[in-house]
Amino acid sequence: MLMVVIITAGAYVLASLGSDARIPANVIPFLVIVLGLLLGAHVAVRRLAPESDPILLPMAALLNGLGYVVIAGLNEKLAAAQASWTAVGIVAFVATLYFVKRPRSLERYRYTFALIGIGLLLLPLLPGIGRTINGSRIWVGIGGASFQPGEIAKVVLAIFFAAYLADQRELIATSVWKVGPLRLPDPKYLGPVIVAWAVTLIVMVYQKDLGSSLLFFALFVVMIWVATGRTSFLVIGGGLFAAGAWFAWKSFAHVQERVSIWLDPWKDPSGTGYQLIQGLFAMAFGGVSGTGLGLGGDVRIPASENDFIFAVIAEELGLLGGALVIMAYLLMVGSGLRIASRADHAFDKLLATGLTLLLGLQAFIIIAGVTRLLPLTGVTLPFVSYGGSSLVINYVLLALLLRVSDQNERARSGRATAVVAA
Amino acid sequence: MNRSIRRLGIAIVVLYLALFVKLNWIQVVQKDELDANPLNSAQVRRDFNRPRGSISTADGAVLAQSVANPDASSEFDRVRTYPEGDLFGQATGFFSFRYGSTGLEKQYNDLLSGTTFDQQVRGFGDLLVARENVGNLTVSLRKDVQQVARDELGERQGSVVAIDPRTGELLGFWSFPSYDPNTLSTTDAAVAEQAWSLYNLNPANPLRAHQYQDRYFPGSTFKVVTGSVGLQTGKVTNDNPVYPFATSYLPAQTDKAISNFGGETCGGALPRILQQSCNSAFAEMGTETIGPTDMLNGAGSWGFNSAAPIDLPDAAKSIFPTDVGNNPPKLAQASIGQNDVQATPLQMALVAAGVANGGTIMKPHVMTEVRNSQGDVIQTYQPSKWLSPMSAEMAATMRQDMIGVVQGGTASRMAIPGYEVGGKTGTAQVGTNPPTSHTWIIGFAGPPGQPASVAVAVVVLNQSGNNEATGGVVAAPIARAVMQKVLQIQYGG
Repeated sequence: MLMVVIITAGAYVLASLGSDARIPANVIPFLVIVLGLLLGAHVAVRRLAPESDPILLPMAALLNGLGYVVIAGLNEKLAAAQASWTAVGIVAFVATLYFVKRPRSLERYRYTFALIGIGLLLLPLLPGIGRTINGSRIWVGIGGASFQPGEIAKVVLAIFFAAYLADQRELIATSVWKVGPLRLPDPKYLGPVIVAWAVTLIVMVYQKDLGSSLLFFALFVVMIWVATGRTSFLVIGGGLFAAGAWFAWKSFAHVQERVSIWLDPWKDPSGTGYQLIQGLFAMAFGGVSGTGLGLGGDVRIPASENDFIFAVIAEELGLLGGALVIMAYLLMVGSGLRIASRADHAFDKLLATGLTLLLGLQAFIIIAGVTRLLPLTGVTLPFVSYGGSSLVINYVLLALLLRVSDQNERARSGRATAVVAA
Repeated sequence: MNRSIRRLGIAIVVLYLALFVKLNWIQVVQKDELDANPLNSAQVRRDFNRPRGSISTADGAVLAQSVANPDASSEFDRVRTYPEGDLFGQATGFFSFRYGSTGLEKQYNDLLSGTTFDQQVRGFGDLLVARENVGNLTVSLRKDVQQVARDELGERQGSVVAIDPRTGELLGFWSFPSYDPNTLSTTDAAVAEQAWSLYNLNPANPLRAHQYQDRYFPGSTFKVVTGSVGLQTGKVTNDNPVYPFATSYLPAQTDKAISNFGGETCGGALPRILQQSCNSAFAEMGTETIGPTDMLNGAGSWGFNSAAPIDLPDAAKSIFPTDVGNNPPKLAQASIGQNDVQATPLQMALVAAGVANGGTIMKPHVMTEVRNSQGDVIQTYQPSKWLSPMSAEMAATMRQDMIGVVQGGTASRMAIPGYEVGGKTGTAQVGTNPPTSHTWIIGFAGPPGQPASVAVAVVVLNQSGNNEATGGVVAAPIARAVMQKVLQIQYGG
């Protein structure tokens, strides 16, 4: 953890040196706050969840710190806001660790979570408080503040899926609905999950939030597969995905546009393809070792502090920095899945798997979009991108993972002690 | 469930590996290609905020400099200004974060911004001293010469290139219409955008450096090349052959004769037919006396079919058709600068310079020296040879013949009292109804008995009429004024 603080602070000093006072000195207090907060989070973990995984928080802190430094280089106002959001995120993180003592206590409220999740998703569609920003109606504005309830809904619904599947997985796995030669799962046990999934997909497609739709779909399919161990779900899921993608492509102009930009961004390089091409230019300009922190921004990328922050990191820190970010997520995914596989209870396993998948897949979707591996769908880069809702909810997600980890490690060491005592 | 979780882990690792591979692809494999993309303003944008050296003429006029940006709210600390406006637009080029850079700004970008290896090594010592590690460029161009070229050409579309034949250094480099680089280098994006679209809408394309990036039919000025090739191959002398007095020449394999201007009768040996710019005689010379192989090689030895090695970006190749073997009608037309022969104004100036400089064409050059911010010279240009198409003896003959054209031929309006002046006119017909032509003149001048110290090429586009005299009337006074100005600077008076 100390290492991460030193790295972030060092990176920041480099950034302010390099950019020739492009980062004014008055942002430094915010940096101190950010680093202090991260240390605070660390202390909280040691006190509230001492047995938990030691990798997750430092990696999240590294990503958060790196994101902060890059944002500070792009726009000092946003950096100040990002520091405040980090504070809120860490408060939420500590609160989650404090109030959720046993993850399984969440299991009981599964339908409440389902309703909350769907309610949150529908919120932006309400007239009066719903806001459309950058073509997506995924924002809610109350007074001067606005946030994306969908970000919160993802985690809430992942909890619901985990709870429901933990309860029903035996039935879903063993019951068979024979359609000719096919042995399909019995739909009656899947009902609530499918309803929840369908509602979220419809809502998200309607809100034009393709990245979240993709994320949700994958979360749903993979969690059923993990819960039941039946590969047929993956096959069915893949089929549904293909059908859904085809349908979306046929019926939504914005989906078609995304795909055609992905296939050939050079067709309209100063219009629709502009953002993607500028991102590619930025990354190429960075090369292997990058232009140096705070020295990027030579390529103008729209939404560079948000969806395209990865391109800025790859520009400033080069291939090495880009690979570092990818490694950090991979380490977090590794930790998350290790927590899942070491957990005793099905709910804990599924919850850890679902939360890890949310994090790992969201990072993959946006990095793949920016690097033109997949069509670009706007989601944030967890912990790195500028944005309050995303940052806060990812800290909550992190706290839940750590809670599951701590719970199970304590149970294990408890058993070990018992064995020794006997 | 653990088996599924493990598999899920493997799947995610595979996905991330794909990301890593793709990232390598963009940042390593495709890097150069993406960096070089004309839409990519990354390098320029970076250079834009960095100190950048100035560009000055040989007579001390500042052509380009970076000054503090008066717009304090701008994201850029500096702005590039061009105090001479459009006078040197096509030479300096522009330096814009939106549209990249051209001209000297592009050619000497690294030196100007202090990023050559040499400058970087020197810069290490200055790390702790607040000193700008830039290169200040001095060019051989002269404001006084340029101004004369501009005044003389006036509002007619065309180009003027003046060069010192002894060194290859460019002295004047004007083309109308020009453009004002300030309008593109401004940090006000709206102004730059508007200027950019206006310049691009202009059919005369002011952003192009017509002096060396555009080709035109050279017309009769090309007869200097044909005659020189004849001399150098030994197939033509000042006395032989004597071409028949005729109104036209009929090459083999065609019934389309090559006529003389206005149906005049002309003929004789080289000095005379050059004086009169006799089409029938030069067509016969190229086709029958010299022949396709020697004509093609000869044109190549004068720089045709390659781009002049000037220190400015994207020089155009001048062209002599390569498919003239066994095609007498085409060769006959090509020998008098028609058909597919095309030359840049720079190339034709180099032809005159080659004759004047004893048969050796020096590399055309603009930069003369680079100084650092302390005023120390860090780079000096050393003149060097480009081509040697002709022996000194043969060059002396052609030089005398070209002087004859000024003394008693179509280029008489180029004469400058007290100096030896040689030249050749050209009129390349480009339209028939009404008749319009590109009118040319190439020439050189120097004190009597001494090597010529200035060579020029002037082309004035789309003039009405197609008389051979047009070149002598329209273009010659411009060339004369420019050369006179240069001689006045060089020798006083």
